[in-house]
Amino acid sequence: MDFTFLGESFLRLIGGVPLTLQLAFSSIALGLCLAILLALMMQSWFRPLGWLADGFVFVFRGTPLLVQIFLIYYGLGQFRPALDEMGIWWFFRSPYYCALLALTLNTAAYGAEIVRGGLQSVPAGQIEAARAFGMSGLTLYRRIVAPIALRQALPAYGNEVILMIKATSLVSTITLMEVTGLAHKLISETFRSFEVFFVAGAIYLAINFAVTRLIELAEHRIAPDLAQANRPAEVH
Amino acid sequence: MQAKSFLELMQWGPQGWLDEMMFATGLTLAVAIVGFLFGLLFGTLAAIAKLSGSRLAKRLADAYTTVFRGVPDLLVIYLFYFGGSAVVTAIGQFFGAQGFIGLPGFLIGTLAIGIVSGAYQSEVIRGAYLAVPPGEVEAARAFGMSGRALLWRIIGPQVLRYGLPGMGNIWQLVLKESALVAVVGLSVYLYEVRLGDLVLIYETRFSDLLRQAHVAAGSTRQPFVFYITAVAFYLVLTTASTWCFRRAETWATRGMRRV
Repeated sequence: MDFTFLGESFLRLIGGVPLTLQLAFSSIALGLCLAILLALMMQSWFRPLGWLADGFVFVFRGTPLLVQIFLIYYGLGQFRPALDEMGIWWFFRSPYYCALLALTLNTAAYGAEIVRGGLQSVPAGQIEAARAFGMSGLTLYRRIVAPIALRQALPAYGNEVILMIKATSLVSTITLMEVTGLAHKLISETFRSFEVFFVAGAIYLAINFAVTRLIELAEHRIAPDLAQANRPAEVH
Repeated sequence: MQAKSFLELMQWGPQGWLDEMMFATGLTLAVAIVGFLFGLLFGTLAAIAKLSGSRLAKRLADAYTTVFRGVPDLLVIYLFYFGGSAVVTAIGQFFGAQGFIGLPGFLIGTLAIGIVSGAYQSEVIRGAYLAVPPGEVEAARAFGMSGRALLWRIIGPQVLRYGLPGMGNIWQLVLKESALVAVVGLSVYLYEVRLGDLVLIYETRFSDLLRQAHVAAGSTRQPFVFYITAVAFYLVLTTASTWCFRRAETWATRGMRRV
């Protein structure tokens, strides 16, 4: 193996890490807010809100992310005059904002299902008990529902974070130079695909490893008993 | 020039794009099915390695799942697309061929999807195998079954039953992943037809659903129409698959006691 080339590749590809992380974390943060909103809409007594949320989740989970990226970045270009008039063309002209929007909407759809699962896992007895104590509305959510749901949803959300980090690679198809984009460029320049794959893959694995450990740490902090229970069962 | 209406764009035949889009949908489905089957092959091999007593085989299989589940699919497709062609070109040059030899995009794409989905499938197969109650295997042994009969009658059907929901999820992943072959393209095939002294060269271009939408969008300057059509076609594919897998699960668990 040519270690000088590996070293040079590493230095070039590492330059894409900030963009990868930035896209992943901002879309996850924004997507989580939207996911919570969607999950609440699904539980709303006003059914049309629930249908709207269900439809959103159905469309974004049922189609490839790449198609969503293309639809937003290339597809909305068809309405340029109208978007120009509304004064939001600057947003849809930029590949960065389009990528961020697509990633956010996508993770929100998957996240909504996770949050909904978390909310449903809150035992009815706990809510009844809180009501009996006179809690209601926001206090009930803040003190009882949210903590229990968060603990339940965290492991699944951890998987979603990893998936999103991998998903950011797709933005390279609309000219954004994150790790995969840089890797593609390097491969087309040098045709040394194995070495470049090796280095880029190692970078992704390192990021995923770090993120997984952080999530495990968070699980231990907020739910030590569950983190214990989620471990692989020991053989009796 | 007057922009064409949606119905004019989406008519069947040379005037419209519906036939092209339908054909491309079929090709996307073909890529997904072949990729899934490759994945089943790799996944089964990796599951066997993980369940085997051999420490080395287990380590190799674990490394395989860790790497291909942790790395973006697009990167794997690039590896196969450029790396595969490099390997084939090197072999070709060894045998005296000249120049760069490209591999068919279909093979590259399905192999790459197969490698990635195999990493996920191996975990599902392993889990399903471990879910088979050991007592049933012991009972079958006590009846004198062994080897093939045991695998075929007792283990196989139950692995299928326990593995089906997980496989359904992976199939949905594969279906969506198959859109990535649009990035490298399914390439152009050249045919040579000889009729006596006459040599005709045909060219056929294949595009999957997303690439076809991309091509049509560029040609008509109506990108939104075609991407939203691609979205609709993908929804049809995923919804139909959900339905098929639900039917299959009902069938596979028909003999199970429900609690």
